[in-house]
Amino acid sequence: MTRKQKKMLYRILIAFVLFVVCLLFPTIWLSGPIPLLSVVQDRNGCGAYALAEWPLFLVPYLVIGWDVLWKAVRNIAHGQVFDENFLMCVATIGALIIGEYPEAVAVMLFYQVGELFQNVAVSRSRQSISALMDIRPDYANIERDGQLVQVDPEEVAVGDVIVIKAGERVPLDGSILEGASALDTAALTGESLPRDVAAGDEVISGCVNLTGLLHVRVSKPFGQSTVARILDLVENSSEKKAQAEHFITKFARYYTPIVVFAALALAVIPSLLDGQWGTWVPRALNFLVVSCPCALVISIPLSFFGGIGGASKQGILVKGSNYLEALAQAGVVVFDKTGTLTQGRFSVTAVHPEGMEEKELLELAALAEQNSTHPISRSIVAAWGGTPDQERAADVEEIAGHGIRAVVDGRQVLAGNGQLMDRENISVTAGHNHPGTIIHVAVDGRYAGHLVIADQPKSTSAQALKELKAAGVRQTVMLTGDAQGAAQAVAQELGLDQFYAQLLPADKVERVEDLLRDKGPKENLVFVGDGINDAPVLSRADIGVAMGALGSDAAIEAADIVLMDDDLLKLPVAVRIARKTLAIVRQNVVFALGVKLLVLVLSALGHANMWAAVFADVGVSVLAILNASRMLKAK
Amino acid sequence: MKKTFKLIDLDCANCAAKMETAIKKIDGVSDASVSFMTQKMTIEADDAQFDAIMKQVVKACKKVEPDCEIVL
Repeated sequence: MTRKQKKMLYRILIAFVLFVVCLLFPTIWLSGPIPLLSVVQDRNGCGAYALAEWPLFLVPYLVIGWDVLWKAVRNIAHGQVFDENFLMCVATIGALIIGEYPEAVAVMLFYQVGELFQNVAVSRSRQSISALMDIRPDYANIERDGQLVQVDPEEVAVGDVIVIKAGERVPLDGSILEGASALDTAALTGESLPRDVAAGDEVISGCVNLTGLLHVRVSKPFGQSTVARILDLVENSSEKKAQAEHFITKFARYYTPIVVFAALALAVIPSLLDGQWGTWVPRALNFLVVSCPCALVISIPLSFFGGIGGASKQGILVKGSNYLEALAQAGVVVFDKTGTLTQGRFSVTAVHPEGMEEKELLELAALAEQNSTHPISRSIVAAWGGTPDQERAADVEEIAGHGIRAVVDGRQVLAGNGQLMDRENISVTAGHNHPGTIIHVAVDGRYAGHLVIADQPKSTSAQALKELKAAGVRQTVMLTGDAQGAAQAVAQELGLDQFYAQLLPADKVERVEDLLRDKGPKENLVFVGDGINDAPVLSRADIGVAMGALGSDAAIEAADIVLMDDDLLKLPVAVRIARKTLAIVRQNVVFALGVKLLVLVLSALGHANMWAAVFADVGVSVLAILNASRMLKAK
Repeated sequence: MKKTFKLIDLDCANCAAKMETAIKKIDGVSDASVSFMTQKMTIEADDAQFDAIMKQVVKACKKVEPDCEIVL
């Protein structure tokens, strides 16, 4: 609790004690009548003058309500008539005038308790969300004259070497010069498994160094580091408000005046007809209490805030409430293939030798390709696993678009595609029907077999697609620049509804536009990419999701929602969080409006007292806040 | 130019909404957003008259919620 809140708590306690004292106070008899202060009461069977109750009750009333009264006066001077302070004042002063002293004090007391509770609850959830995003590094260790000194991360220049001790937060992005350690990336990605790093690896600011001592050469100034960008993004997320938020603030603008005028009408019209002012005025005062809009207005942004906070805890950054709202309506999800559904890395998936061992085939191909930087060559060398040895390969000749010719261990080796084999008149045993790229190998003019190289789907992709369907996504589509065959294989393996292959980047935008036209009216189209080369599509889709964004500025920039790591399983989590947030928003709106309406009707009919009215105001907002705070624990 | 300001003692959600509406009505302000949850205000306005606009913003906010202070 802040000091202000504590002060309020004491005030409430004092007022409460005074209120109880007033209720228990013995009647004070007066010797004679005093104007305003005395009332005639029955004393032992005959009339006598007693001190009126109102001066007594005025004490706790003023203790608890002076600031509300003061604010009401001040705000009227500023032209803010339908302000909740004013409404509370009219309602309670009205109650005092018609002689309902305890009610007036109790209502004011209850109102302040509710306000305090609301205040505390909001600042709690605000704190817990800031705690989630507490990744801002306080200092960086830098070596000066052989001494480690702590400096502000903003003062460190690119190229400086910083030292990160175990237990410290990585203050700036950079690459490790020496040392090895495990990094806790949970604050950034929601991934609890530490990531092992060693010299040469990139480190990202915001992670926590768990074990070893690291010397890191800084690669970006603080302002452009991952941590600064993420904080910036999270802090600005409240700027883009959801439809529901706009609706409710607009609603509040009309709701309050309407209820106030209804109260006025209720006080005056029936009273003029039947003369029962004493019946209708208290009912109208209830209306004034119910007309306060804060419960409605607070519950919506709080729910979204909670949803965004809960998502960021899982390593999902949402750039605004509007995107969370849109994601809840996700109907079509379009994926980029490479790097999103697949690992974006080639690897040898099958080895089919002819007349030799698998290992021998792989070794010959790897040695022939050892100096090539082509991703396919690298994957063959990686699959072989041996140490490249320049001595064993000679006369290496790269045949552009075809493959490689080399002499390995004295044997003439050819490795490449079908065209290369055709050129050399080597008959190829028809490859099995494998998706991916096939590298044929011939040794000394004879066919020796082939390797299949493919971009493997990520281990979690299939599961993620299944979960998306379970979360209510109607259609999943894959876009890729790859060949039809490779695309089909991945699409089938993962169970996508549709795929489009051999697309140029511009074609992808066109396809997405087609899909946007075909989608249902209340559906949104989500595009998921790795942020590389797909910025136009990301911005064209209703919601652009970039994944594996750690370190990729372009992706963070272009997307509406950013998945901090490579795990596609975060996408269904995001959709579920979005749906749950919207469900809570709806519950809060329906509940708050429902209770208010109910109390209005009951008040008009004379079945609700001012207690019910105060509950409909602050009680409801407290419940709405509690409901919204469930979002913080969303999975 | 777009600028973000911190707000101190913004105590009621409805006031935030009212402030936002009031600020949007100021001449030269192209967009404004007041967030009750983050206690922040973002204003997008004409560069040349930004300072003059900010003075009006402060005035408009004081009118809605005199206790709330804008950190300039």
